[in-house]
Amino acid sequence: MSRFVYADNAATTPVSREVIEAMNEAFVTAWGNPSSQHAKGYEAKELVDSARESIARTLGCLPAEIYFTSCGTESDNWAIKGAAMRMREKRGRTHIVTTKIEHHAVLHTCEALEREGFSVTYVNVDSDGLVKMDELEAAITEKTALVAVMFANNEIGTVEPIAKICELAHAKGALMFTDAVQAVGNVDINLRELPVDMLALSGHKIHAPKGIGLLFIRKGVVINNLIDGGGQEKRKRGGTENVPYIVGLAKALEIAKERLPELDAVRRRRDRLIDELTGIPYSKLNGSRTERLPGNVNIGFEYIEGESILMWLDMAGICASTGSACSSASLDASHVLLAIGVPHEKAHGSIRLSISHDTTDEDIDYIIETMPPIIERLREMSPLWEDMKRALAVK
Amino acid sequence: MQYSEKVMDHFTHPRNVGEIEDADGIGTVGNAKCGDIMRIYLKIDENDVITDCKFKTFGCGAAIATSSMATELIKGHTVSEALKLTNDVVVEALEGLPPVKVHCSVLAEEAVKHAVADYYNKIGRPLDFELPVDDDEE
Repeated sequence: MSRFVYADNAATTPVSREVIEAMNEAFVTAWGNPSSQHAKGYEAKELVDSARESIARTLGCLPAEIYFTSCGTESDNWAIKGAAMRMREKRGRTHIVTTKIEHHAVLHTCEALEREGFSVTYVNVDSDGLVKMDELEAAITEKTALVAVMFANNEIGTVEPIAKICELAHAKGALMFTDAVQAVGNVDINLRELPVDMLALSGHKIHAPKGIGLLFIRKGVVINNLIDGGGQEKRKRGGTENVPYIVGLAKALEIAKERLPELDAVRRRRDRLIDELTGIPYSKLNGSRTERLPGNVNIGFEYIEGESILMWLDMAGICASTGSACSSASLDASHVLLAIGVPHEKAHGSIRLSISHDTTDEDIDYIIETMPPIIERLREMSPLWEDMKRALAVK
Repeated sequence: MQYSEKVMDHFTHPRNVGEIEDADGIGTVGNAKCGDIMRIYLKIDENDVITDCKFKTFGCGAAIATSSMATELIKGHTVSEALKLTNDVVVEALEGLPPVKVHCSVLAEEAVKHAVADYYNKIGRPLDFELPVDDDEE
């Protein structure tokens, strides 16, 4: 084994050389505190300001609408808790609408608000993972403070109709928040056209480092603070600005935007992977074939368990991930797969491969040739496979 | 999940994988909902010695490794010795398991006991040990 194929880009991505170079200046020379009233401080502040302007251009919003945070999870927490608390105080709205397939950063935040007296509706999705729009529409009422629906799902890559969902939320006077952590860099996001009130994103999914994220809050929308402190980010988010990482995030977003036209090539590689892997008997694509992130492949292999597949892939130099309970500390099968109607036993045998711009045709070839013998080997030792074959023989 | 070298050895080179067509005892435990199913086959001679032992497992790396180790530990031993196999012995032989995976070793112990119970049933010997109830069953 000599080949190494990283197919877990939905988990995290390597920091790109350009991003490291951009951050270097902030580490080496502009190390001041942006709040300081002296040359060293001004130097750092200038970097933060120009990063904010660059990001605003990339996303199609105002610089003043960008608030830097430590990660996607913080952005999710802030948006949901901040909006919910504000809407309750000012308008007496105590209801939140979200979906069953959100990231835990959203689901567990909503559960925390339930303990604070809010009611939450977790809307179902169809077998492709698309939000049931009639159910969503019916769930939003005059009591709804916030609608939170992810832009794209992290496990099965389903891209949700966010613009339409915004309309439904706004028709009832509710705020609309989307977690775009997986979508950014994979979908053209233009906040001038997409009327979301808040949007969260994270750096490490787009070749910036871990530990930096942002929350877009549209001008005119006011939410409560999550982190109080020294007046940074217009008094909305305390904590000394992480200058190098902010610079890195701006650079990464700029590159991601430039590379959007190259996503067709990623999509073609993804489709080849899907076609070849679903050619293995008793395997099935999880999620939508069309409304799907360009780099996401999620396949269920019946009669075997995902962690075992993952271990063999890892030994062959392929990094992937699984929705099996056995790979998680909680020992629960993926809530996303269960929500799209995949039964428990099949959810255990699911593998996610998330490719990027850096994935080559040779990498795809290697995955395609490596997978079938692994599946066969594990099935040969599976009692479920044995039972199935026996049942077939009886027929 | 990071495993010990011993676990990786038994996962990549599992001992005694397969079926025994004319097995004297078969035990299946676990369920697909929880992601682990183990089946152990025993061939037992007239002196109660386990002359052959095979397994099939649906499950994670730890489930496969514990099944493999359990078959190794009981093969060539008598049925009453096999009944003394505890999950702790399996874990120790594997040089440890991550805490969330210890239940796999419990399953291996239970699979052996269920296979022996099946053997007793086949030869009409009354059950003289406690048969673990599979608490994974819904």
